[in-house]
Amino acid sequence: MRSRGSGCTGMNKSRTRKERVDRGVKARSEDVFALSSWREILYLLAPRLLPVLVLFLLALVLPVYWKKVLVSSAIFGILAMSWDFLVCAGLVSLGQALFFGVGAYLAGTFHHLWGWPWWLTLPLASLLGGGICTLLLAPVLRLRGIYFSMVTLVLPLMLVRIIEATKALGGTEGLSGIQGFPGLGVELVLSVGMFLAALFGYRRILGTDYGLVMQGIRDNDRSVISSGINAHWFRAQALFLAGCMGALAGAFMTHAYMFVGMPVFALDYSILPITAAVVGGMGSIAGPALGAFILVPLSEALRALGALRIVFYGVFLVIFIVGLPEGLFHYLKRKYHQFERWTAVES
Amino acid sequence: MLWGALLYGVVNSVTLALVALGFNLTFGISGIANFSYGAMYVLAGYGTWMMLQRLGLPLLAAIPAMVLATALLGALLYRIVLVRVRGMVISEVIATFGIGLAILELFRYLGFIGFQYTLPVFADGSLQVGPLYLDLQRVFILIVGGSLTGFLWFFTRYTRTGLAFRGIAQDEYTALCLGIDSDKVATLSLSFGGGLCALAAVVILPIGTISVDAGYDVLLEALAVCIVGGLGSALGMVIASFVLGMAQSVTSLYMGSHWMMIVNLLAILLILGIRPSGLMGKQKELEERI
Amino acid sequence: MQSPILQVRELTKDFGGLRAVDRVSFELGEGESVGIIGPNGSGKTTLVNLITGFVKPDSGEVRFRGKVITGMPPYCIARMGVARTFQMARPFYNLAAYKNLVVPLFSPRVRSLLGGGYGDRDTVALDLLEEVGFERDSSVPYKPASVLPHGYLKRLELARCLAIRPDLILLDELFSGLSLAEVASTVPIIEKLQMEGRSLILIEHRLRELFRIVDRVIVLNFGQKIAEGNPREVMDSDEVKRAYLGTEADG
Repeated sequence: MRSRGSGCTGMNKSRTRKERVDRGVKARSEDVFALSSWREILYLLAPRLLPVLVLFLLALVLPVYWKKVLVSSAIFGILAMSWDFLVCAGLVSLGQALFFGVGAYLAGTFHHLWGWPWWLTLPLASLLGGGICTLLLAPVLRLRGIYFSMVTLVLPLMLVRIIEATKALGGTEGLSGIQGFPGLGVELVLSVGMFLAALFGYRRILGTDYGLVMQGIRDNDRSVISSGINAHWFRAQALFLAGCMGALAGAFMTHAYMFVGMPVFALDYSILPITAAVVGGMGSIAGPALGAFILVPLSEALRALGALRIVFYGVFLVIFIVGLPEGLFHYLKRKYHQFERWTAVES
Repeated sequence: MLWGALLYGVVNSVTLALVALGFNLTFGISGIANFSYGAMYVLAGYGTWMMLQRLGLPLLAAIPAMVLATALLGALLYRIVLVRVRGMVISEVIATFGIGLAILELFRYLGFIGFQYTLPVFADGSLQVGPLYLDLQRVFILIVGGSLTGFLWFFTRYTRTGLAFRGIAQDEYTALCLGIDSDKVATLSLSFGGGLCALAAVVILPIGTISVDAGYDVLLEALAVCIVGGLGSALGMVIASFVLGMAQSVTSLYMGSHWMMIVNLLAILLILGIRPSGLMGKQKELEERI
Repeated sequence: MQSPILQVRELTKDFGGLRAVDRVSFELGEGESVGIIGPNGSGKTTLVNLITGFVKPDSGEVRFRGKVITGMPPYCIARMGVARTFQMARPFYNLAAYKNLVVPLFSPRVRSLLGGGYGDRDTVALDLLEEVGFERDSSVPYKPASVLPHGYLKRLELARCLAIRPDLILLDELFSGLSLAEVASTVPIIEKLQMEGRSLILIEHRLRELFRIVDRVIVLNFGQKIAEGNPREVMDSDEVKRAYLGTEADG
């Protein structure tokens, strides 16, 4: 809050400071008054309709290469949103690749062993993947945050080396020849559809009383426990809800690339959701989604630079976490809801 | 055979301890997460290499220069980046990890891959230990590792700066009230950690080649040692390095080197499941569980 | 003679080398109120943590309505009807005051006690706030908890406790940090709870206010129970005086 010295208002030595005030239209659109006029309704609807319309337009208008980028962005957006949902429950995962990889391998294995089609493997890999990851992480749910984070960092790295050492599930070569999707159109509809479902679904959950309890566990879990709520069970549920989406992203990629191998547990898939969330704004679900739609196309545009891309990720990460820690979405949301002005400081 | 496994196990353990020293100082003892540790290790390696090969400096000059440079890097890291995210451990982790990632991948991009990237050993020759011969570099590792660990233990227990390091981890506000400038202490802690990291690098890297992937492995090993031993306990760090070092040696002998990193990772998981504060950690029960 | 609602027997807890609670035993009857007092560090909060399950005792036993609850996880104990306040009242800062109560109202105990179709949680929350002294028609219940002054935060903490309709309430320093006027307005709320038949354990430093509310007082010092009885006789005891004021040699 900066303040200016005297000389602005003249009369006495009054100082001014910057103040953030809700916009009139925001105040008017709280509660039942939102229906009072088209302006308020539009104010509320616009940010929600925007992603739907934009995505719809892009899916129609973009050239083929960029349509594929759109699919990628949507899928990584799902992965990033699943990370953010965990953050809303107070769990910071440094290894989102775990969910991604488990889903990817499940889908690949289902097809490789039994020839199941994508419309069967995707939901199954998603649910089973979420379940397996929840079971794997259940023992550490009781521990304080940083220990959970470290286990999530370690698990995918360990799984990679186990696959490499035991040569199971295709070993270092992976499983190839997985059935692809019947056409780019299907990929687009599926990925964007799942993206929007995740975006609105997660936000809806967080808005209910159930979601409020989950965020309460993040803020002060002892308080929640002393009200008779089993915080661990809630965290496990959050883990499952996030894990399913993460696994779904992985399963989708397996069919999109028609291949699954050790790289699905790579650090990249753990770092991308975090970077997307840092850029877009942690804790808002929409922030990481936005972040993914910035990072993935950017990364494609910089494809010519090869391995330099990851260097960019790293630098980007640092710049944002130090310079704009609240993230783009929170910044934009604040600008949308509030305006700033100079007011006199009461003496 | 067993004699050999035992001896190399000891060397391996001391190597682990040496690697983990710097990380333990900043993370375990001062409570600041520096996840660019692995990158600093590799940076020290390549930096020394470049000083030797490109600038033609003698080893005796290159080593102190690199140690100082890395220490300075640690200090800068704190002053420029960490000071803005102090207190939020996850942000510290993310920020430092991002930097480390950028550094490591930059090296990979610039093509620093190959067998020509090695550091020379301090002295050729070997020492006879019982029926086996141990090359002198490994002996140096034992000496340097042992003395640095002892120095660290003494430092954090009996010197003002060392105690200040521990103070800012335990309760920063109280430390501030006692007149400890937490920013200055943190800067020192990070530079000490960086220096120790570089020292470890120049002593250990001559045994093999410098590789970018070693950066990630080093971070994981240091993390494993600190978690298993318990954050903040020098004795725990020593015990953990021996437990992990011996386990690694045995695994490498009987199951193949693929499994060595798995041992580290499994150890982390086991400890976090059974005794999260580590073997000798001092975290209060109430803070950890629930 | 009704059986006691709470029985604590030989409860002991060590933290490293420090014995925080040393073989403490006492009983509380249904509807009774007892105060626990003692100098700082005498183990009062640890005792509450032990009873409510947040800390596992090294030895000893706690029975609630005859059932052994030692070693049960804290959320189970809470579901049986045991509620507690925390000394450091930390609300959910980003939420409005009344929204803070929606969380405890989500507890299974509330659902089972009030049946399926009870009113909207928001309304129940506002009612609860009114019970603890928030003025109903003001905007205070709607303000985010981060802007509430200390006195209101304490009342919010009490409301959080009451949301799960507990039968036994452990209040950890409820009056600390409150002005005389605030204490005066909080005491009637406690008295109303007593009239409703709830059993209370109050840990307090403010003895004058405490003695007006409870008939029996337990004194702890260095983890041990050194006195028990009605306030007058307990405060006359030499040992209690020594614990609070020190012996003459300390001067």
